[in-house]
Amino acid sequence: MISFPKQVDREKRLHQAIAFWIARIISYSILLILFLILFFILKRGIGVINWEFLTAMPIDGMTKGGILPAIVGTLYLVLMSMIIAFPVGVLSGIYVNEYAKEGAIKQFVKMMTNNLAGVPSIVFGLFGMALFVNRLGFGASILAGSLTLALLALPLIIRTTEESLKAVDDTFRHASYALGASKLRTIRKVVLPIAFPNIITGLILGIGRVSGETAPILFTVAAYFLPKLPQSLFDQAMALPYHLYVISTSGTNIQASRPIAYGTAVILILIVLGMNLLANFVRSHYSRKVKMK
Amino acid sequence: MKRLVERSAEGLIKACGFASALTVLLIVFFLFKEGISFLNSSPVEDHHALFVHSGNPVTQLEEGQIKDLFDKKINHWKQLTDYGHPVVLLTANDLERLFTPEQLGNNLEYLSACVAHYIDTVPGTLAYFSERQLSLSPAIRIVPVPNISLWKFLSGRQWFPTAQPAAMMGTLPLILGTLLVSLLAILIALPLGLAAAIYLAEIADPRMRNILKPVIELLSGIPSVVYGFFGLVVIVPFIQNLFGLPVGETALAGSLLLAIMALPTIITVSEDAIRTCPIAVKEASLALGASHWQTIFRVILPYASSGITAAAILGIGRAVGETMAVLMVTGNAALMPTSLTQPVRTIPATIAAELGEASFGGLHFKALFALGCLLFLITLATNLLVERTTSKSRKS
Amino acid sequence: MRTKIEASNVHLHYGDFHALKGINMQIPERTVTALIGPSGCGKSSYLRLFNRMNDLIDGVRIDGKVLIDNTDIYSIPQSEVDRLRRKVGMVFQKPNPFPKTIFENVAYGLRVNGLKDKKVIGEQVEKALRQAALWEEVKDKLKKSAFELSGGQQQRLCIARAMAIEPSILLMDEPASALDPISTGKIEELIYELKSNFTIIIVTHNMQQASRVSDYTGFFLLGELIEFDETKKIFRNPEKQQTENYITGRFG
Repeated sequence: MISFPKQVDREKRLHQAIAFWIARIISYSILLILFLILFFILKRGIGVINWEFLTAMPIDGMTKGGILPAIVGTLYLVLMSMIIAFPVGVLSGIYVNEYAKEGAIKQFVKMMTNNLAGVPSIVFGLFGMALFVNRLGFGASILAGSLTLALLALPLIIRTTEESLKAVDDTFRHASYALGASKLRTIRKVVLPIAFPNIITGLILGIGRVSGETAPILFTVAAYFLPKLPQSLFDQAMALPYHLYVISTSGTNIQASRPIAYGTAVILILIVLGMNLLANFVRSHYSRKVKMK
Repeated sequence: MKRLVERSAEGLIKACGFASALTVLLIVFFLFKEGISFLNSSPVEDHHALFVHSGNPVTQLEEGQIKDLFDKKINHWKQLTDYGHPVVLLTANDLERLFTPEQLGNNLEYLSACVAHYIDTVPGTLAYFSERQLSLSPAIRIVPVPNISLWKFLSGRQWFPTAQPAAMMGTLPLILGTLLVSLLAILIALPLGLAAAIYLAEIADPRMRNILKPVIELLSGIPSVVYGFFGLVVIVPFIQNLFGLPVGETALAGSLLLAIMALPTIITVSEDAIRTCPIAVKEASLALGASHWQTIFRVILPYASSGITAAAILGIGRAVGETMAVLMVTGNAALMPTSLTQPVRTIPATIAAELGEASFGGLHFKALFALGCLLFLITLATNLLVERTTSKSRKS
Repeated sequence: MRTKIEASNVHLHYGDFHALKGINMQIPERTVTALIGPSGCGKSSYLRLFNRMNDLIDGVRIDGKVLIDNTDIYSIPQSEVDRLRRKVGMVFQKPNPFPKTIFENVAYGLRVNGLKDKKVIGEQVEKALRQAALWEEVKDKLKKSAFELSGGQQQRLCIARAMAIEPSILLMDEPASALDPISTGKIEELIYELKSNFTIIIVTHNMQQASRVSDYTGFFLLGELIEFDETKKIFRNPEKQQTENYITGRFG
C-alpha cells in the first residue's frame, strides 16, 4: 500500500494558483501593451487631425501643412493593388479548392502560395524593383508599386477564398449538380454567393494590410516629397506609411514634424482598426444571417 | 457558344491558379539572377585598377588590405611584402597638385606618361585609375584583386559597400545582427506568448477570450512602420535613459519591438497547438488526481510541443524578415554585434536603407540583391521547417 | 459483502437536458458491475459521476447523493477532489496514453501526487504493469514512447497507469470498444483477475462482454435505471420487458 504525502493536494492548488495568476497577468499585460501603444499615439496624434491636415499639401519641409498627397497616394495604391490582386486571388482560390485535384499539382500550388505568404515584404520590394521598375520599364510608379503590393496581398486573398469555399457544405454542390447545373454554374450561382461574405472579409483585411506596408513600396513608387497629386499610373506618389517613416527618421526637421508624424500614425491605425471592425462586422452579420436560416 | 464561354472561364481560373503558384518562382528567378551575378565579380569598380611599380613584388591585394592602404593604416610596403618603400597613394584627385595642366594635356592625353613617370620616380606608389585613361608601360603593372567569393561574402566582417577603390562586402555583421535581434525577440516573446496561449486555451472564461482574441488580431494588423514609430518615440528613449547610453537605437530596442510584433503569431499558433490535445488525454490526467495546472504542464504542453516549436520558428522567420520597425530603432551600424546596448544592422534594414542609393546594376545594387537571396533562403528554410514540424505532429 | 458505492436518487442535468433521472444503486465491494444500454442512455454520464469527471463540463448540475465508502463525494470540498480521484481510477474508451515513455505514463499518477522516491516509483510501475499483464511485453522498452505500442497494449498501459496509484475502484468506459477481438479477450481476462482487488464498474455496448465479466448488471434507458440485479438474473430472467427486449436484440 503506497501512501502519498499529506500536503500534496494543498501544494498542487497553490502551484496552480500561482501559475494561473502568472498566465493571467501576462495576458492582461499584452492587452495593456496594445492599449498603451494605441493610447500613446492616439493621444498625441488625434489633436493634429483636422480638415486642413487631411486636405492640404505638406509645407515647410514637411513640418507643417497636411498629408493630402500621401493619403491620395495610398488610396491609389490600395485601389490599384486590389483591382489586380482580388480577381486573381479569388480565381486562384477557386482553382485550388474547386478544380485542382488532390495530388501533386494541388500540393505544388498550395506549397507555393504558402511560401509566398512567408516571403518578407522587403524581398517583394526587391523583386518589384527588378521586374516592374527596371525590366518592364514602369519606373518608380503607382503601377509598379501596386503590382508589388498586389503580389504581397495575393496569398492572403487566396487563403481566405480557399477557406470560405471549403466552408461551403458539399450538399449545396451536390444539389446543384443534381439539377443538371455545370460545375462552373454551380460555383457561380451556388458556391460563390454563400462564400462571398467571407471572401469579402479577405478583401477587407487585404486592404488593411496593403495600406500599411512600407518596405515593398520603398523603391517601387514612394516619393520622399512630392507636392502634387499623381496624374497617371506612371507617376511616383507619396504614401502614408512611407511618409511616416520619412518624417520620423530623415525629415529636414524631425522634432518639428513630430506632430505630423503622430497624425499620420493615427490615420494608419484608424485604417487598420476600421478594416478590422468592418471585417468582423461582415463576418458576424453573415453568421447571424446563416443562423436565421 | 455557352460551352465556349464556360471553357474559357475555366481556363482563366486555371491560369490564375498557376500564375499565383509561379509567382514564387518568378521572385526567385529575378532575385537570384541579380544576386548570383554579384559573386565572382571584382570588388573594384568596373574598368578601374590598381597600379604599382614593376619592381613591386606584391602579388595581389585583398579588399581589406586596399582599404587599410587607402586609410593609411598600412603605410609601408614592408607590412605586406618584401619591398622596402613607403606607400605613396596616387589617385585622380592628386593630379592637379602634382602636374600642371600643360603636362597632362588638354584631354589628359599625357596622363599615362605623367603617371608612369611618377611611379618610376616614386617606387612605393599605389595608383588607382581607370584602365581606359592609363595605358600600361614597362615601368608600371596592375595588381590583381581577387574576385568576391561566396565564402568572403558570408564570412567577411566588414560591410563597406561603397568603399573606394575596393568595396568590402562582408555580411557577417549583418547576418549576426539579424540573428541576434530576432532570436532575442523570440526569447522574450515565446514565454509571454505561450503563457497567453495557455491562458486563452485553458484558463480564460469565454467572455475574456472574446475580448483578447480580437485584440491580438488587431495587434498583428498594425503596420510595422507604426510599430517602428512607437519604438522610436517610446522604446528608444526608454532604453537610452535606462542604460545611460549615448543613443537608444540599439539591438535591445529592436528585439523588444520585434518581441511585441511576434506575440500575435506565437499566441495564435501555440493556442491552436494546445487545442489539438484530445480531451480524453486531458481527462486521463485529471482522473489520476493531477491538478489542472499539472495537466497543462505535464501533458498538454508536451502534446503541443511540436506546434509550439512551429510557432517559435515561424516567429523567428517573421522577425528575420521584418524591415521597417527594425530599420527605425536599431541604429543601423554595420558592426560586429558585441553587446545588446549597441547599434546593430540587420539584413532587411540594410536593403531598405541602401538600395535607394545604389546605382542600378552596379556592384552595390547586386550585393543588396544577394542579401535579398540570403533573406529569402532563411525564410524559406524556416517555412519548410515549420511545415515539417507540423506534419510530424499530425502523424503522431 | 460491504457496500462500496451507493447512489441514491441521483439526477444530472446538462443545461436543460435531463440526463439522469433519479438513479438508485448499491454496488458491493470487489465486484464487477456492468452498465448497459443504448447510446445516449446516460450510462457514461453515470460512470463519470464517481470520479467527478462531469465537473469539467459547463452547465452541469447534480442532485442526490453519491456515497463512496459512506462519504458523499459531492459534499466534499474542491480540495479533496484530487484525493477522490486517486481512490477512483478510470480507463477510457480509446487508449489515450500521454506523449511520454511507457515508464513515465505509468509513473505519472505517482509523480503528480507528490511521490519522489525513485525506488518506490520503479517498484510501483513494475507492479502495475504486471497487474495489467503488460510487464513481459514492455519490460525491455520502458524508455520507448507509449505511442509505439499496439492499440491493445496501449489500453493495457492505460489500465496499468490507472492502477499504479492503487485506487480501490476502477471505472471503465467501454475499454475494449476500440480493440480487436484478441486484445478484447486479454482485457476481459484482466478485469476478471482485477476483481479480487478492485471494485470495477464497466460501461459496455457488448452484451456478451457484460455477461462474461460482470457480477452485477444495470440496464439504462433514456436516463433511467430500468433494472439492476445480478448479471445471471438480468440475462436469464429479467424482470422488465424493456430489459429483455434490449438483451435479446429486439430493441428499437
